This record gives sequence, C-alpha cells and structure tokens, in this order.
Amino acid sequence: MSKDNQILEELTSKEYEHGWSVNYEADEAPVGLTEETIRWISAKKEEPQWLLDWRLKAFKTWEAMSEPKWANVHYPKIDLQSLKYYSAPKQSSKPKNLDEVDPELLDIYKRLGINLNEQKRLQGIAVDAVLDSVSVATTFKGTLSKLGIVFCSFSEAVKEHPELVKKYLGSVVPMTDNYYAALNSAVFSDGSFCYIPKGVRCPMELSTYFRINAANTGQFERTLIVAEDESYVSYLEGCTAPQRDENQLHAAVVEIYAGAHAEVKYSTVQNWFPGDKNGKGGIYNFVTKRGICAGDFSKISWTQVETGSAVTWKYPSCILKGDNSIGEFYSVAVTNNYQQADTGTKMIHIGKNTKSRIVSKGISAGKSQNSYRGQVQVMKRATNARNFSQCDSLLMGDRCGAHTFPYIDINNPTAKVEHEATTSKIGEDQLFYCNQRGIATEDAVALIVNGYAKEVLNQLPMEFAVEAQKLLALTLEGSVG
Amino acid sequence: MSTLIKQDILVELSANAGTGFEQVREAGKTAFQAQGFPTNKSEEYKFTAITKKIEQNIQNLAPAGAFDVTAEQVKANVFEGYAGDVLVFANGHFLPSLSSTIEGVEVAALSDKADTALGSIAKPEKDPFCALNQSSFEGGIFISVPKKAQVQKPILLLNFFKADTGQVIQPRVWIEAGDFAEVTFINHSVNLSDASYFVNKVVEVKGGVNTQIRYYKLQNDGKNAIEVSNLETDILKDGRFSSVTISLSGEMVRNNLSLNILGSNSEGNMYGLYLLNGKTHVDNHTNVDHTVAHAESNELYKGILADSSRGVFNGKIFVRQDAQKTNAFQQNNNILLSEDAVVNTKPQLEIWADDVKCSHGCTTGQLDEEALFYLQARGIAKDQAKGLLLYAFAGEVLDHITDESFREYCTELVQTRLGSKF
Repeated sequence: MSKDNQILEELTSKEYEHGWSVNYEADEAPVGLTEETIRWISAKKEEPQWLLDWRLKAFKTWEAMSEPKWANVHYPKIDLQSLKYYSAPKQSSKPKNLDEVDPELLDIYKRLGINLNEQKRLQGIAVDAVLDSVSVATTFKGTLSKLGIVFCSFSEAVKEHPELVKKYLGSVVPMTDNYYAALNSAVFSDGSFCYIPKGVRCPMELSTYFRINAANTGQFERTLIVAEDESYVSYLEGCTAPQRDENQLHAAVVEIYAGAHAEVKYSTVQNWFPGDKNGKGGIYNFVTKRGICAGDFSKISWTQVETGSAVTWKYPSCILKGDNSIGEFYSVAVTNNYQQADTGTKMIHIGKNTKSRIVSKGISAGKSQNSYRGQVQVMKRATNARNFSQCDSLLMGDRCGAHTFPYIDINNPTAKVEHEATTSKIGEDQLFYCNQRGIATEDAVALIVNGYAKEVLNQLPMEFAVEAQKLLALTLEGSVG
Repeated sequence: MSTLIKQDILVELSANAGTGFEQVREAGKTAFQAQGFPTNKSEEYKFTAITKKIEQNIQNLAPAGAFDVTAEQVKANVFEGYAGDVLVFANGHFLPSLSSTIEGVEVAALSDKADTALGSIAKPEKDPFCALNQSSFEGGIFISVPKKAQVQKPILLLNFFKADTGQVIQPRVWIEAGDFAEVTFINHSVNLSDASYFVNKVVEVKGGVNTQIRYYKLQNDGKNAIEVSNLETDILKDGRFSSVTISLSGEMVRNNLSLNILGSNSEGNMYGLYLLNGKTHVDNHTNVDHTVAHAESNELYKGILADSSRGVFNGKIFVRQDAQKTNAFQQNNNILLSEDAVVNTKPQLEIWADDVKCSHGCTTGQLDEEALFYLQARGIAKDQAKGLLLYAFAGEVLDHITDESFREYCTELVQTRLGSKF
C-alpha cells in the first residue's frame, strides 16, 4: 500500500503534469490550409515528386469530404484554416547522433521523464522522439540496423527507403478512408517508420514519444510499421501536450502491416492535455489506426490506455485477412471532468479460422461521456471465425455517462461471436470492506480501479504499465467524495 | 425522399382515410414530410432497406380499404381451445358484428372516439412510418379497460389482411388501461392474399398506476408482405408491461417496440423470437427509456435463421440521469443454419446514471456440437436431435406466454417449422 499511497500523494498536488511548454525557435508553416501549404511542407521536407503528388491527391479527396457527425461527441466546429500545419524546432543541421541534438530539445524530453541519453544506456528501449511536426532524435539506430531493422523518422524513411514507403504508405488506411485520414494524408509532417525484415525478432521495445509544444498547431503524424513474415516487434507510443486554453487538433494515422507468422504488438498510453476542470482547452484527438494481418498465422495486438484529450475519436482496428490470423484489442479509457471519448475497435474477419478478442474497460467520472463503439464483422468466407468481446463500464459520480454501441454483423454460420457488457459503479460494500481494513476511501478507489483495469494493464510492457497505473490514479483524483 | 414512390402519396392516402382527427392527421403529415421515407443512410434503417423494398415491389401506394369477412373465416382462425374474447378487423377496420362484447371493457371504432389523444404516446416525430400512419390510418380501434378491472380472459385481436399488390394497409390501435387494471392481448394476423402489399401499423398503449398489461404478437405474414409495426407504451408507477413478439414469415418485417418507463417500481419485459427461412428479413428495434429511479427492464430476443434469411436486432436501453437504481438486462442470441443467412445485431446501452445495474449479452453461433453428440449417442437421429435442441433454444421465449391455448398454438407452429424444415 505504501507505494500506492505515495503515488496518490504525489498526484494530489498536481493537475496535469505535462502542462508546461518551452519557447524554442521554430520553423512554422503559415496559418491556413491550401494547396500552397502542402507544397510548402513538402518542399521543406525535400520530398520526392511522387509523395507531393500523393499529398495533393489526398488534399483533393479531403476537399470533397465533409466532417463526420456520427460519433457520440460534441465540440465546437474546428476552424481548420486557423491552424498551423507545420512547426519544427530550428536546428542548424541534421544531427547524426544524440550528442549533436540541441540540448534544449533533449531537456524537453528529460522533463517528460524520457531522458534520451539515459534511456540509451539503461532501459534498452529504442526511442523516436517527435516534437510538434518533426522527429528530434532516434536512439539505438546502430544496434537495430545490424539486424536489418529500420527504425527512423518518417521523413528519413522517405529519403532512404523510398521503395518501402511507397509500397506500404496508404495500403492499410487509404487516403479516402475518412475525413481526418484524408487530411492527415495531405498534411502529415513526420512520424515514425519501422521495418522488421523477414524472420527477425526485434530485440527491444521500439517507442515513439509525441509532444505538441507550439500553440495553434495541429499535429499530424503518420506511423507506418511493416513486419515481414515471421518477424516480431513490440511498439510503444506515448504523447503529451502543454496546457493551453484553446483546443488543439491531433489527427494521426497509424498503419500496421503484418506478414505471415508475424506478430506486432502496439501499445499506446495517450495522455494529451484533457482540458481543465471546466472543460476549457484540451486536445481533439481524431486518430485513425488500423492494422492488416495480411499473411496466415499473423497477429496484431492493440493495447491502449486513454486518459487524456478533451475529445477522443479513435478506433484501432484489425483486418484479419490471412487464415488463422489473430486480432486483439485491449483498452482502458478514462474520462473525467468534461472529457468525451468515443473509442472502440473494428475486427474484420476475412480469412478462415480467424480469431479476435476485445476487452474494453471504460471509466467515467465527473461530467464526462465515455462511449464504446465497436464492430465485429464476419465475412462470408471467414469459416470458423471466433470473437469474444467484453466491454465494461465503471461510473463514478452521477453526472457522467457510459454508452455502448456494438455492431455485430455475421455472414457465416460457423462463426462464434460473443459480446457482453456490463455497467456498474464501485460498490458501497466494496469500499466498506476496504475501509474496514484500514484503507482510506481514496486509496480503496485507486485499488478497485486498478483491479478493474488489470486485465488490460497486464498487456502493457512493464515501464508503460507503471506509468499507466499512475495515470489512472491521477485522472480520477478527486472524483469520489 | 425516394423518387419512385409517388410524391403525392399523402394526398391519395389521406383522401381515403375518412373524417375525424383532422388535427392529428395534419400533425402526422407534417412529421412525415419532415422525415420522408428512410434511406440506407439513416442509422435506424441501415440494415433494413424498407424504402427500396417498397419501391421494388409496390411503387404505387394506394389504400386497400375494408372488405367482408365471414363468421366461418373467424372460426377457422381462432386457435383450438381458445376461451377468450375476439375482436375482428378487416384491413384495420373494426367489424363489431363478428366480435365479442367484452364485459367491463369499452370497445369502439376510433371514428366514434374523436377526442382520443392519438400520437401522444407513439410520437410521429420519432419514426417516419409512425408519422405516415398518423397522417392516413384507416379505421382503427379504441379499447379502454376501466380502473381496477381484472380482465381474466385474454382479448384476441384477429386481423384479416386482403390487398392487391401495391396497396397499403394502415391499422391503428389505441389501448388505455385505468389504474390497477389487468389485461392480456393477443395480436394475430391472417393473410387472405399472397400479393405484395404494405402493412404499416401503429399501436399505442396507455398504462395507468399499477396496471398489468401483456401484449403477445404472432407475425405470420404472407410471404410477400412488407410490414412495419410500431408499438409504444408508457409505463407508470408500479406498472408492468410484457410483450412477446413471434415472427415467422413475411418478405420484410420491421418491429419498433418502445417502452417509456415513467414511474418507479415498474417493470418492462420484452421477449422476441424470430424463426426465419426463405428470403425473409426481420428487423426488431427495441427501445427502453428509463427516466425514473427504481425500475427494471428485461429483454430477451432469440433468432434461428435458415436459407438466405436475415435477422436484424437493435436493442437500445437509455438510463437517464434521474433513473438511479435501475436494473436493465438485455440479451440477444442467434443461431445461423445456413451459409447465406445473415445477422446484424447492435445491443446498445446509453447510461447517464451511476447507481445502476445494466448488462447486455449477445451471441451468434450454431448448435452445440457436444449437445448434439450427446443426443445422438443416445440413439436420437441427427435431424431429430437438431430439432429438439432448436426447440429448446426457442422454448425459452415461448415460456413467457401466459395464455395456454395461444402458447400451444405457437409451440405447434414452431415445432412444425423446426421439425420439418431443419
């Protein structure tokens, strides 16, 4: 208990830990979104012609689309023309290793608890740090490249591995997919690229850390993970943003490709600034994440802990195309104050004997609204498909809401699909039991919530699990009483 | 708005609708014009392209009108051993001469009850077909069960449908029950033609304090018939409402069932069974709205789908902020028997109160191989064993029918279907 107590105490005094910002000299695109902006970004990044064409095509597609309205979230219309689409810390030249990176930038990451230098030595996790629109530094490149693994920023990948990028970019999330995916395709600035060659098991966790620093900027990063046949990779993503009064937009795209017998594990701890107690400010997090199990016996596993963002709109999905492929989705979504989350997954069963598992745990507190929206689709030729879905909601306080929208579409008689959902609050008797044994109410709540979310937290790599547990306690601070 | 369906449909339909209820009809008309026929873009009708179906099969909607029914026809269609009262309808028009006089219950044609608050429970703004019916229903019936009346025998609403292809039948039912009343209704439809016509029915049930109302419905429509049915009820304090909906055939059937829980200590139960074959498409949309504390709702819908049939289920449970201590349960189970059968299900929970117990479960699969093997190992032929297991699956819903003769009748129908077909 003492450790939990310490965590709670540590967190009582703080609201949003990462709410600071740093003034550094930045290279910024002019405000607004036109074809010119896209040409500007593309030129800035010295991109090849084909990528510019691709962006422009996406922009045309996007112009013809309208903003989706179906999600169970409410927010004022976003004026996309008032945003800046590119912001990068000024660096005189591209750093070759960490020692050459501007110490001021490294300091930002140090303050976030991600010491790029230290990490290099201690933890054995390769980190790609993305600040606003560009990747700042990538650690452990050398070790990885010996195995043939490519792990670098997206812009670097465009320059050094154009054939791979060209082959896989937009293959899982086409630019026509949805409004925000099209927007991202047009203006994406940077992100991470990861390629695991055939038969290679990535020896360390790969990690990207996203940070929005500049004001009035949209962050549009793009992550592409390609795992060739019989390879394995575990990938982590973390994000924070400074505390600002106005809302900021984050519209990312993540694409995962898994070949035969390959396994990709993608974990996210999302902690964008959620807005203050009165619902002012915060990040709009509109993200498209999708993976394709293209080969037989492949596996993609999504794990997410969602504690931040004012509005979240996110459905990490799996297309189970290869026979015997497996898709998994583990999620804990916590909303407090005026946060709104509409999140869930899609499992599209195409191949034979495909399996999927969905475990979604929602926790709503304050005046927040938390929705699970998921789809399990079994196509006609997906013989012996199997799905199990569980989505539980925990309500804390009588002003919040928990909603479930599961779509289950079955076109094959051999499918076995189960879905169950429950909604409840922390029982008086559970709290009483803890109180009786000398555990204070607030500690008891943290205890019960952690137990409730355990099934998902267990899926996270160690370092992330600790962070996630802290976040849970922090987000729910003061919500019971 | 569809182009094929005649734009002046409302004019033609209302011209034949008869007099009375001018204001009510006008409100229905306005609501329908505001909504139009639903397209596949409408979330509520996403999996049930009913407008398209009407366009393909019917195109010109013209009212069907009343016709004569004989006493023999009535006799032939009342279930064996049925001891309750019977009310007879031809295309929604009440036929008093063939109907029983029910002791202590007021029954009248809607046209004689011009001050009935039609549309006050099933609000036309909620559903386009409900609005269409309100603008141009034909005939209709008013049933009032007085305060404290315990109607022991069930009341059978026997509907005869006879229409040509392209015609529309729009029955309207108003049921009200005084405080502490108890009553059971059985709704049964008989088709006298195989034509492709469109039935658009609305039933409104107004409960009182501590009323007990049971409403059973057997849908055995003509194989080419298209039906949309809206049933909505208000449940007051200590009230109970139970419905059982059994769907066996039809070209495309859509049932909207809405329970508004407005009083505490009340209970709403919804049970449904859809046993489909051929190209039948059945869509059950249920909606329970918990607005007050201390109420309970239970829901169980089961489906067995063969051939290229399609079953759609959308169960919505709303628990409003004031509805603390609510218990709401919902379950949907489906068995697919053929390659071409399709199930689309969406059990939906929307909860704004924290001290509640709500759960939903949904499964889709096939018969348990081990149970089948168990029976086969004991010398029961595979087909028979299958029939037995399927009947056991369906039986859970049938058990909720309290009237014995109606339950036996339904059981017989279900068994014949499962034994012979599967």
